[in-house]
Amino acid sequence: MSLLWLIPALPLAGYLALAFGGSRLSRAAAAWIGVGSVGLSALVALGVAAQFIGTPPAGPAFHQTLWTWMSVEDFKPAIGFYLDAMTVVFVLVVTGVGFLIHLYSVEYMAGDEGFRRFFAYMNLFVASMLVLVMADNLLLLYLGWEGVGLCSYLLIGFWYKDRVNGRAAQKAFIVTRVGDTAMALGLFLLVWQFRTLDVQQLMTQAREQWRVGAGMATAAAALLLGGALGKSAQLPLQTWLPDAMAGPTPVSALIHAATMVTAGVYLIARTHVLFELAPAAQLAVAIIGAATLLISGFSALAQRDIKRVLAYSTISQIGYMFLALGVGAWSAAVFHFMTHAFFKALLFLGAGAVILSLHHEQDIHKMGGLWKRLPLTFWTFLAGSAALAGLPLITAGFYSKDLILWSAWSSNAGGPALWAAGLIGAFLTALYTTRLVCLVFFGEEKGRVASKPGWRVSAPLAILAALSIVGGFVETPRALGGIRWFGEFLRSALPAAPGVEEAPERMESAMMLIASAAALLGIVLAGVLYLGMPRVVEGIAKRAWGAAAQAFWLGGWGFDWLYDRLFVKPFVWAATVNRDDFIDSAYNGVAAFFSLLHRGIIRTQTGRVRWYAAGVALGAVALMAIVLWVR
Amino acid sequence: MILTLLILILLIGGAAAWAAERKSPLWSRGIALGAVTLDLLLVVGQWAALRHAPEFLKPGAWLVETRAEWIPQFGVSFHLGMDGLSLLLLALTFFLGALSVACSWSEIQKRVGFFHFNLLWVLAGIAGVFTALDLFLFYFFWEMMLIPMYLLIVIWGHERRVYSAIKFFLFTQASGLLMLIAILTLQFLHFKQTGARSFDYSDLLNVAMTPRAAMLLMLVPEASLRFAPVAMALGVVGILYGAILAFAQTDLKRLVAYTSVSHLGFVVLGIYSWNAWAMQGAVMQMICHGLSTGALFVLVGLLYERIHTRDLRRMGGLWSAAPRIGAMAMFFAMASLGLPGLGNFIAEFLVLLGAYHVSVWMTALAGIGLVGATIYSLSLMQRAFHGPAEEAWSFADLSAREWAVLGAMAAALVWLGLYPQPVLHAAAPIVESLEKIGSALPGFFMR
Repeated sequence: MSLLWLIPALPLAGYLALAFGGSRLSRAAAAWIGVGSVGLSALVALGVAAQFIGTPPAGPAFHQTLWTWMSVEDFKPAIGFYLDAMTVVFVLVVTGVGFLIHLYSVEYMAGDEGFRRFFAYMNLFVASMLVLVMADNLLLLYLGWEGVGLCSYLLIGFWYKDRVNGRAAQKAFIVTRVGDTAMALGLFLLVWQFRTLDVQQLMTQAREQWRVGAGMATAAAALLLGGALGKSAQLPLQTWLPDAMAGPTPVSALIHAATMVTAGVYLIARTHVLFELAPAAQLAVAIIGAATLLISGFSALAQRDIKRVLAYSTISQIGYMFLALGVGAWSAAVFHFMTHAFFKALLFLGAGAVILSLHHEQDIHKMGGLWKRLPLTFWTFLAGSAALAGLPLITAGFYSKDLILWSAWSSNAGGPALWAAGLIGAFLTALYTTRLVCLVFFGEEKGRVASKPGWRVSAPLAILAALSIVGGFVETPRALGGIRWFGEFLRSALPAAPGVEEAPERMESAMMLIASAAALLGIVLAGVLYLGMPRVVEGIAKRAWGAAAQAFWLGGWGFDWLYDRLFVKPFVWAATVNRDDFIDSAYNGVAAFFSLLHRGIIRTQTGRVRWYAAGVALGAVALMAIVLWVR
Repeated sequence: MILTLLILILLIGGAAAWAAERKSPLWSRGIALGAVTLDLLLVVGQWAALRHAPEFLKPGAWLVETRAEWIPQFGVSFHLGMDGLSLLLLALTFFLGALSVACSWSEIQKRVGFFHFNLLWVLAGIAGVFTALDLFLFYFFWEMMLIPMYLLIVIWGHERRVYSAIKFFLFTQASGLLMLIAILTLQFLHFKQTGARSFDYSDLLNVAMTPRAAMLLMLVPEASLRFAPVAMALGVVGILYGAILAFAQTDLKRLVAYTSVSHLGFVVLGIYSWNAWAMQGAVMQMICHGLSTGALFVLVGLLYERIHTRDLRRMGGLWSAAPRIGAMAMFFAMASLGLPGLGNFIAEFLVLLGAYHVSVWMTALAGIGLVGATIYSLSLMQRAFHGPAEEAWSFADLSAREWAVLGAMAAALVWLGLYPQPVLHAAAPIVESLEKIGSALPGFFMR
């Protein structure tokens, strides 16, 4: 398959053209390059996917090696691409959703002075993300991994004149780099054990050489998990994502919702063999996912900024994906990744449209009644919200989340506790999503709508809304047709979750009903509270415990506060105190001592002969004394 | 012969550049640039000619060798040789040398001829150090480059230049003296064992193989090996301590200087991990650090030329004034924090990979240095280029000449990041022979 390299190369070429063209390019030309390169890449990806399905490769994947990256002793990682069924899904989502968001950005960023820079960074991001998901070895994956981290940093801090944005950008880069360092150690461990980082070889050799539960396997999986936690904003490294909303909204949609933050999910699914060999690490994935989805679900409930609601929601939804990975439901995680990419990109883009038409207002308490003013935005946002809340039967989010809950219940690695966490999370999701819709689109009008979106904004919204509805019909429970297309397609890359298929159908239907009830209950409760009885909500917020809970959740459970005191302040203090390097002062001390001595001795050079004579006499006496004493 | 020529070109070129100042400063600059570029071309030509030769991959072989009597009574000879490692370091030296002539083009206006004389003589000294096979000659070149270096600092330096120059001189003199003692001791031991006087590297290497000498000296590989765990720890401390100090600085140039401490910690860690990966990484780090930190210093210089300050507290928001300078700084800051795709990543990855085989904990600690590098690099960008402008700076963006200088360095880093094989290939034999020495002396590795 000789076309694989074109998929990342096209956006990379777009980046180079924009970076070197700079201000010589007109805005129109920059837009054409920026959007066109990703569009072309999406077309190539579609062609490759069609061929993958039409004339499947002999093995599980297409493979293309460009050149040997380096060769030291027997370690020879390549610049090479690997495209199996899972990669097909990721590549299509990255290029497809990426294209829509680029198109949207042409209008959203139209008046910005950094228009070309924006598209340059966005293209570089898409290229890096594609390298990440197509890499045939973990070192090249790491290149893409750090590349998307760089672009995330550059785009969060895109409006660099504001210090707050710079702070958020640095935080994102530094926190994720903590995880990346763990991941790098994992890579060293794997090279040490197997002399290779080629994913397929690694998986084969690990399966042959390590037994289930081996300490080495657990260490390797845990270190890779460290990288995944940073990138995917899971506990305890989740703190950077809410702040990352400082970037332009299309960036939040593409990088901090649809694609980059799911890189951790990709990494774990890609190396699932390691996690199967390390049940302890896999259980950790599930527990972290469950805890994260609950914590950030509560946080989402208390936010006032429309983008921060969505940010916490993203953390929470990735928590679901981790939960799925943790119970061995690999393809369920990828399924939720796909539907989430559709509806969360849609929600961010819709939020962007709202923010833009309200003169950059982001406080949901200053919005309201927008459904009449922005009908298309409203209807599409509603579709996205329904999918996020998991409105039964008609939304993609329902099918993917239901599959995760069902797997958490029935998989051999799952259990009632994990399932219950997911269920409570589903209720919370419905609650905060409906709250968001009610506050923004219903109630009295508070802001004035200044402008209406044009076609470049509307078309992506409409397409993503359609996908948020129909995107789930590729995998349904047995009671609802039992379609298995998605799971079957991925089967060559990802095994089925153990125990899920064997579980009785009646149990599956019952679980589906319970999950539906939780979502509906959340929707109805939030609707009643925020539309019918806003007084009750205000009353709760005024009580001492209500206010305390709200403040606690608003601040993300105090993690920032804790890290600030635990790491940031001590580090800054230690650095500032020792700015002049105490080691240097030791050398300067030596110098100071000698110059003091020097000044002391200078004093004796008075030029008066009697002083000199006295000195000579004194010296003679001292000398004689010593001679006598010693003898 | 070619090695002598390399050094002579610089010595004569330097003198000519000084003399030519009377005609015009432009002549001095032209002659200096010409001489260094000629050397660069000669070295690259050697590389191209020799890279397929059989001895290129043979451990312990000299690709080119020159030898002449110098002071036979003491066994001192003018003995130069070049292997893959010297080839790489010579290429780096002349590459950076040519670029430093280019980037001084408008910055240096005072005593232009003498400046280039000193610059070229420093380069000649460095070239001598990288090729000398006689330890007396080695020491000679080592000391020879200090004097023009001292003059460069004291005449063309900025604030506190006399203080800095004296400090520089004392530190290098003191450490050079220790090395001289080591060399003389080896020579003495050799005389006692064989009755012949020699300063030759290979002769003294044999002496150092004996346990007694090895305990005394840290100069040569065998002895170094015993010192390995301590040195690795020093490397790790350097990585972390340098990173913290870099973050703390308010002077842009001092910040960059402390990043060097951190980067060179990786070199130390790599060398003393004593396996092919780590040592290849150390070689790679020397080259990539030279390029990335060199480029950051160039940026500091050209900013100083424009705004006459290096104080980070007065900077901020410079990106709006000069986006191209900002973009270049971003590129090299990313190289400095070890972004994959650029050479520094290959270097640090290989060093840590090799170190992991020796000590997991040291590697984990050194890995924290990657976070430290992220912190200081981003903090540099934030304080100098992002944020609101502290003062209403307005100045010219990169000129074509400056763009060419930085562009060449950036291109080299991309090349080394995506296809480092030529460098790894050239360094392979020396690494292999060092590894052999290591395996002959087991039991000194940590684990």
